[in-house]
Amino acid sequence: MSGESSESITASSLKAWIGRYADVIAEHRAELSKLDAAIGDGDHGTNMDRGMRKAVEKLDALDEADVGIVFKTVGMALVSSVGGAAGPLYGTLFLQMASASGEKSELDLAGWTEALESGVKGLQARGKAQPQDKTMVDALLPALEALKTANTEGTGLGEALTRSADAARTGMEATIELEARKGRASYLGPRSVGHQDPGATSTHLLLRSAAEALGGARS
Amino acid sequence: MKKLINAPDDVVREALEGIEAAHADTLKVSYDPYLIVRSDAPVQGKVGIISGGGSGHEPLHGGFVGAGMLDAACPGEVFTSPTPDQMLEATKAVNGGAGVLHIVKNYTGDVLNFEMAADLASAEGIDVESVVTNDDVAVEDSTFTAGRRGVGVTVLAEKLCGAAADEGRNLADVAELCRKVNGQGRSMGMALTPCVTPGSGQPSFELGEDEMEMGVGIHGEPGRYREKLGPASDVVERMATAIVDDGVFASGDKVLAFVNGMGGTPLIELYIVYRELHKFLEGRGITIERQLVGSYITSLEMAGCSITLLKLDDELTRLWDAPVNTPALRWGA
Repeated sequence: MSGESSESITASSLKAWIGRYADVIAEHRAELSKLDAAIGDGDHGTNMDRGMRKAVEKLDALDEADVGIVFKTVGMALVSSVGGAAGPLYGTLFLQMASASGEKSELDLAGWTEALESGVKGLQARGKAQPQDKTMVDALLPALEALKTANTEGTGLGEALTRSADAARTGMEATIELEARKGRASYLGPRSVGHQDPGATSTHLLLRSAAEALGGARS
Repeated sequence: MKKLINAPDDVVREALEGIEAAHADTLKVSYDPYLIVRSDAPVQGKVGIISGGGSGHEPLHGGFVGAGMLDAACPGEVFTSPTPDQMLEATKAVNGGAGVLHIVKNYTGDVLNFEMAADLASAEGIDVESVVTNDDVAVEDSTFTAGRRGVGVTVLAEKLCGAAADEGRNLADVAELCRKVNGQGRSMGMALTPCVTPGSGQPSFELGEDEMEMGVGIHGEPGRYREKLGPASDVVERMATAIVDDGVFASGDKVLAFVNGMGGTPLIELYIVYRELHKFLEGRGITIERQLVGSYITSLEMAGCSITLLKLDDELTRLWDAPVNTPALRWGA
């Protein structure tokens, strides 16, 4: 990406973000599956890779789109191709972001924050995860908080997205010390401590890709 | 990894093609999305019953599609839950106007995907009831876990609910029966070896030559504890004790005893397990009224077994004895 940073997010920049995320997932496919093998069933990288390839394929077939349609297309692609718990969870995140964005042609920082907040609420309603349960939520909630603070402080979009990706990273790293309370990892109880949550890891990559593709941050 | 496959990515589709070729007289298979449906579906006026889950547990669920059991099954990738669009298509394919029951094993992925599917089906005007099975006593049921897993009772629930639907009972009744079966059944599993998913090529866990994993799930996920393997009598006593002492069973009860192989266990060993279970239950004053011995809910090539006990009454015994005609369970038909 160029270092040029725009103050708004359009449908075409969202497509670039999803393309970037699909590439990042493909690069980290083995690493994500390895994290999952330690506390789950070892297919998170494979499943996300299959889903993101499908999402890119569906986006490529779209002619004109508003931001809501891009979010919805990604959400439906993930729901119908990922399976496992990640499919409905990531799918719901994007479908709720679609609902929150309506027919807007672009999103500013406030609009992006609102969409993500709506997505996280939907995801929590679907998966019933609370903070500290060692899930995606532990990366998403700090990222959302960072965005809200950036809104209050009136930072630019690029700065806000970088801060949210950084917060997601901190949240992801903090899952290492947590005991899992949701999903297959919860069957391990204390044996889940010491492993980074794969869902929180793919979530950090999602927000890092957003900072790079939407906010002009360098990878 | 040593497997009789062509390519890891083609395992599920090619197995479905085999099922279609072998059972074309009673089953239809579709590939976009993956579905196994009884060929005379939808049966008008009968409650439709579907289930689904990751592949790798065969014959669960596709081998139980047919008269007297499931109307359709949704196979996912190996050990990966199927998706809501599959479940929606299955629901529509089997809805004969009396609504559709979703039997869902309590695994987070299965539960979330079936919830989304039920929302979609309801939006299309189809009556759907969902029952989540959670019979695995190896998992402590607490708010700090995803809850007990759904394992062996699922097979029994699919058979019993299929018979109830054949009797013309309505959706609410069949769902209530499913909850009753789940409430009266308990299971426990153990493994002698891990399993290897075709995608990863790696064993799901490491187990010493002389060790067993007690309380294992059906995805090769680790269990309650790991110990030196003892004689079958000792292993069965521990499993049966955990089941019988879980609060459902008492002296004087009649039960269905289900000894299940995990995929890599010879039948001769399963019958030794059955022998030990029979002796143990006699000692506890519990009578085995019906039994099922074989590999019906598996975990790829994992060696090991699970035991499921279901408390029987006249209604459940009658429904168990009713005709069934599926690739994996067949009698009276």
